[in-house]
Amino acid sequence: MSSLLNIMKQSFGLGAVTVTGGVHPPEHKQESTTQPITQLALPKRLVLPLRQHVGNLPKVLVVLGEKVLKGQLLAEAEGNISAAIHAPTSGTVVAIEDALIPHPSGLPDRCITIDVDGKDEWIAHDPTDWRNQDKTLLLSSLRNSGIVGLGGAAFPTQVKLRTNAKSHVDTLVINAAECEPYITCDDMLMRERADQILKGVEIAQHLLGAKQCLIGIEDNKAEAAEAMRLACANSPLNKLVRLKVVVVPTQYPSGDARQLIRLVAGIEVPADKRSTDVGVQCFNVATVLALHRYFDFGEPALSRIVTITGNVQKPANYEVLFGTPVPDLVKAGGGALAGTDDYIMGGPMMGFSLPSVDVPLTKASNCIIASSPNLFAPAPPAMPCIRCARCADVCPVSLQPQELYWFSKSSNLEKARDYNLFDCIECGCCTYACPSNIPLVQYYRFAKSEIIAQDRAKESADLARERNEFRLMRIEREKQERAEKHAQKAAGAKAEAAKAEAAPVNELPEDAAMAAKKAAIAAAIERAKAQKAAAMPQNVADAKPAVQAEIAEIDARREAAKQTVSEQPSDDGTSPQEDK
Amino acid sequence: MNRSPYLSSAPSVSVIMVKVMLALVPAIAAYVWVFGAGILVVLALASVTALSAEALMLKLRNRPIKPFLMDGSALLTAWLLALSLPPLAPWWLVVVGTLFAIVIAKQLYGGLGYNPFNPAMVGYAVLLISFPVIMTHWPAPLELAQAKLSFATQLQYIFGVTNGLSLDAVSMATPLDYLKTQLMLHHTVQEIAVSPQFGLLGARGGELVVGAYLLGGLYLLQQRLITWHLPTAFLGVLALMAGAFYLVDATHFAHPLFHLFSGASMLGAFFIITDPVSGPTTPKGKIVFAAGIAVLTYLIRVYGGYPDGVAFSVLLMNMCVPLIDAWTQPRVFGHTK
Repeated sequence: MSSLLNIMKQSFGLGAVTVTGGVHPPEHKQESTTQPITQLALPKRLVLPLRQHVGNLPKVLVVLGEKVLKGQLLAEAEGNISAAIHAPTSGTVVAIEDALIPHPSGLPDRCITIDVDGKDEWIAHDPTDWRNQDKTLLLSSLRNSGIVGLGGAAFPTQVKLRTNAKSHVDTLVINAAECEPYITCDDMLMRERADQILKGVEIAQHLLGAKQCLIGIEDNKAEAAEAMRLACANSPLNKLVRLKVVVVPTQYPSGDARQLIRLVAGIEVPADKRSTDVGVQCFNVATVLALHRYFDFGEPALSRIVTITGNVQKPANYEVLFGTPVPDLVKAGGGALAGTDDYIMGGPMMGFSLPSVDVPLTKASNCIIASSPNLFAPAPPAMPCIRCARCADVCPVSLQPQELYWFSKSSNLEKARDYNLFDCIECGCCTYACPSNIPLVQYYRFAKSEIIAQDRAKESADLARERNEFRLMRIEREKQERAEKHAQKAAGAKAEAAKAEAAPVNELPEDAAMAAKKAAIAAAIERAKAQKAAAMPQNVADAKPAVQAEIAEIDARREAAKQTVSEQPSDDGTSPQEDK
Repeated sequence: MNRSPYLSSAPSVSVIMVKVMLALVPAIAAYVWVFGAGILVVLALASVTALSAEALMLKLRNRPIKPFLMDGSALLTAWLLALSLPPLAPWWLVVVGTLFAIVIAKQLYGGLGYNPFNPAMVGYAVLLISFPVIMTHWPAPLELAQAKLSFATQLQYIFGVTNGLSLDAVSMATPLDYLKTQLMLHHTVQEIAVSPQFGLLGARGGELVVGAYLLGGLYLLQQRLITWHLPTAFLGVLALMAGAFYLVDATHFAHPLFHLFSGASMLGAFFIITDPVSGPTTPKGKIVFAAGIAVLTYLIRVYGGYPDGVAFSVLLMNMCVPLIDAWTQPRVFGHTK
């Protein structure tokens, strides 16, 4: 009855806003929420990829063999968008080299490897009195906090906290939707550390100057929502600004930032703008908690909560140091069960298969799912699209996936762009709903990369054409200039000749200087020749007389050849032009 | 490798087709009840022809045969065509229509997913234009037949061994046909409707089949195999249009309910115009498409040369699908238009 009422309310535009489209796959969240978060034992070795975030690679500050302490800066943020890397525990730097990282490409990337000494010895670290410090100072200090978005996007957090006159943030949205199936790291974090999260929210609110803070949680996390509500009620922030837990329907992908902003704040961020342009900023719960650890304890980003689930003995959540090898986590989860043939990082909707299980967990790793054919059946062969438009029904951004598929498949990229291909968030709902088992998202990824490549090629082609046009213009100009010079010279020579006839014996002082210069040059050439002769290969000095004679002969011939070459007249008066 | 999503929820194409065929079962049962078991032979003939033609064409086109035969689309086309034909249609008519639907309208355009026209309706239209007399001779419902038609006699009609039996002896003009010819003879609708072939709402007996189609259609809606847009817009606009004419002159224009429960209205609303391949994909587009079919159907019924107009209307609107889709693109998230 209540559901009927809800449907009626929604169809008349009343009541809660729901995700347009979206899907609701089996949640599988219970499995990994039966036991509290556990600290994973210190691994023997940590492998820290420099690329754990979106943006520039950080600059490495340590050298091979260096002893490092827990929290020590290993690599500092470089450029505008970048994030620092810290030593998650104490040990020795044993390698700075390319190693396999958790990335769908399966390509190795630069990593710092630390042999853990087991002492877990901290570097000196102090809390910051953030309430009474200048915000610019706080933000610049945050640059080397290493904090990035822990929801999976891994965008440097300090960049998102910078405000200016143009982007005035009124609403702070805390993303606690965790809409992907299987993942429960944020759920458990909220159940256990809601108060700490709220302390982080205070900091984010302070830095942004937001007037309201809305925490968006899907309605399948009742316990977490309750804990957050309680923490909100107890938070001093409650008296300063509007602070509210907003429960949203469980409908993937509600956790997409733009979707969640619409769900909790009722604001649809224009496609060509950032959320800050409409006064909203969004952070994941774990990210704001990291802010709290950084400012209130001086602890940079060293660890995160990771869910281990799927085809393992004991699915659970662990607090894991960055750089911990995935097998350590799998082992903690009781080990993979028989049939496991793959490991997925992230959720089953947007995650990716690890190139190997021997990769480290990074800042972006929220979940590892041991996968087996029983758990995720391989997709049957794709059938033709029957235009049933189920994909369009579930698309959260109201695209027409069947048209985009058609255009992508036929490489009609211009048309794909016209149909807003770049608004696709690659959530995978369309593929999930496709009765023909067409890997739609892969087609869109392909088309996007093709378009980007084409744009780049076009850009460089335009540049090359411009350059060529300029080159032709310059050659023409130089030709003209030369012609003018020749004409002037000829005219000058004539005048000179006329002058010479008029005054033949007059030796000009310039000519005297020129003669002296020529003499100096000739002397210099003599000197150089002498030097060259002296520098002749000495390894032939003690050769047999016959050989010596032969060498002398060869040298003579070479000399003669040189002579003939230098005597040949140059056929062109102008020097060759190099155009590059 | 990034092959996400790893999950899939969708029923396969074949499951969808099987469910649609399941939704046709009540109507087939009603058919047998009203017109006799001959329809089952017609269905079987169409099915065998469709599957053979599909297999042959797939082989000629170097396509895998098994997955495409198993998708059930050829079978569904055959069933929809068979159910559109007069129940005692001669075997060759069934074969020709089915061959045309599968070979020309479907496979020559590229097979499943690539046909711009509804294959069953192409087959039907070809037959209606080529053999108008046979196509408009429907046997009277069993309850009205002068001599009860045994199954054996029905087989004789279907396989053309009629031994002097004439189709005229057992056939009877359908209400839509009868209404049209009688109106031309300056009778009023009310005078015409007392004729025995008229039932409560549509054709006597036939309305039972129509009811079964409605039932099957509701099952499709409940299973979310079709959305409400197409049937609602089609039946709604047809009723509105018929209602407007009926209000203006009730003696010359039939009651809207008659239009809803006669001819191919219900079959069309839930099973024909809902063919996804040849129809539009946007919600608004579906409404435009269905409304167009309804208007054309009504105009053909009332002013055209044929008693019913669903097939032609569907084909005409099939042509407009690319345009309809292009014009009815929904607003994308974060865009103003």
